[in-house]
Amino acid sequence: MSSNQPGFSTLAIHAGAAPDAATGARATPIYQTTAFAFDDVDQAAALFGLQAFGNIYTRITNPTTAVLEERVAALEGGTAALAVASGHAAQLGVFHTLLQPGDEFIASNRLYGGSINQFNHSFKNFGWNVVWVDMADEEALKNAVSGKTKAIFLESLANPGGVVIDIEMVSKVAKAAGVPLIVDNTLATPYLCRPIEHGADIVVHSLTKFMGGHGNSMGGIIVDCGTFDWIASGRYPMLSEPRPEYQGMVLAETFGNFAFAIACRVLGLRDLGAAISPFNAFLIATGIETLPLRMQKHCDNALAVAEWLEAHDKVEWVQYAGLASDPCHALAQKYLPKGAGSVFTFGVKGGYEAGVKLVSSTGLLSHVANIGDAKSLIIHPASTTHRQLTDEQKTAAGAGPEVVRLSIGIEDVADIIADLEQALAEI
Amino acid sequence: MNHERYDDTYIRGILDEVKTIAVVGASANTVRPSYFVVKYLISKDYDVIPVNPGHSGREIAGAMTFASLTDIDRPVDMVDIFRNSEAAMGVVEEALELDPLPKVIWMQLSVRNDEAAKLAEAKGVKVVMNRCPKIEYARLCGEIGWAGVASNVISARKPKLQQGFQRFGINRHTKAGQ
Repeated sequence: MSSNQPGFSTLAIHAGAAPDAATGARATPIYQTTAFAFDDVDQAAALFGLQAFGNIYTRITNPTTAVLEERVAALEGGTAALAVASGHAAQLGVFHTLLQPGDEFIASNRLYGGSINQFNHSFKNFGWNVVWVDMADEEALKNAVSGKTKAIFLESLANPGGVVIDIEMVSKVAKAAGVPLIVDNTLATPYLCRPIEHGADIVVHSLTKFMGGHGNSMGGIIVDCGTFDWIASGRYPMLSEPRPEYQGMVLAETFGNFAFAIACRVLGLRDLGAAISPFNAFLIATGIETLPLRMQKHCDNALAVAEWLEAHDKVEWVQYAGLASDPCHALAQKYLPKGAGSVFTFGVKGGYEAGVKLVSSTGLLSHVANIGDAKSLIIHPASTTHRQLTDEQKTAAGAGPEVVRLSIGIEDVADIIADLEQALAEI
Repeated sequence: MNHERYDDTYIRGILDEVKTIAVVGASANTVRPSYFVVKYLISKDYDVIPVNPGHSGREIAGAMTFASLTDIDRPVDMVDIFRNSEAAMGVVEEALELDPLPKVIWMQLSVRNDEAAKLAEAKGVKVVMNRCPKIEYARLCGEIGWAGVASNVISARKPKLQQGFQRFGINRHTKAGQ
């Protein structure tokens, strides 16, 4: 056998998942338990003091969840990971560890609408202030940095428009500002893009989407890239100051290049409580075993559907970075060479009424507010996810009256196209 | 010897071979990394000897502390150095005065002294630098994965369960060459 590191597909199946130590079970067992018996009092004390590795309580660690964590850390090329209840919980955990009341962070204005809500409203209650920036504009990004800036956040492949951000440019700005770069890699997955290779310090995911891949389990994860020097920075007291919860321990000193993931676990998850269920962790970890196969099929199908739509006479426009005509195509070629994902939008002729008619007429594509399922999904944002907004706000958010969002699944592409063809004929 | 990267077989061989480990710079402060290492290695059944002149004659995590390497009353298989890179030279020179010689000189994470390493290797002593034996043991045995940390080890062999429910040992086959 060679001394080479295992490849991506091998890691997707094996990382984190040796046979069970107690029984030899080859599939990962579902440890559906709240608590774990201590070997003795001394071991219990060592576990509570973070001096030993082991399990106490499923809110903090669980052996099934640990398999998922190690697997995603390996696939992203990070040092460690922390799985939580959802992508939103992952974002909460990251910012809880980084920010103090009155701090700011810069976020790309091209984000999933749920993240825009979380940053604008819930985070405001904690005194964490978001500064929105168009990250296609390098000068605007640089000008947004202030003495209060503690982090920069972007999506590698933005939902819903499939916009690709120049991660390396943003990373340079983050390094100059001395703050970590956080990348939400949900739509790309590490199969298409590994943000750590382009300068990310922290990666987050909604595992609910392509990572799990089957639309059956909520989950989120925080990946520590091990690249940020918390001690040298000194601006992140959760990591670089003695912690009263742990008798004055300095987490960055004790846990080195995986201290961020540990801090999110033992200071964040421990107290915030958004733990993932071991059963969900099992389903998502199992889904990841086929991630390389699924993602390539998602991308191949999406490109074929986008090309077909682009030539259809009832379609005004298609926004998909995989198309040569798309403004993000060059960035997609650089950051996502294997494919531009499978979530994209198009404009249907006939505006709002035509959009409603189209999503009401599909027989194979499911009309749901989700993405990243094995099944093909369709939604008309103006009449659903974005209906509370004014017309102007809808257009600014990329959810104008004519916009339809697709999440192309892994069915036979001829069947997906045939269903869209008959639905477009109903308009 | 390339000290940029170590094969898992090299590290596992060392951790499997040594029984007695002197930890130079061990702290009695229970939240310091050096205390963690002493406590963890004791839990893995190593004979750990803390070395700290300010604490000699007293115990750290139940192990008696000595003032210097040369004061230790029994042969030492491995010297683990919790001092800065510059100070590591003096520790290595003292370690190489021991009779019998230690089998291994180990310098902790962020500690590296190539000149000292050459001195030790010239006498046939194995050297590891810029690594932590606690992390390496936990990585190779699989325990580190419980904390969500990437072990960079994959294996189709089950971890070796030591005593109790939550203690693994390092003797198992893994994908070769890692």
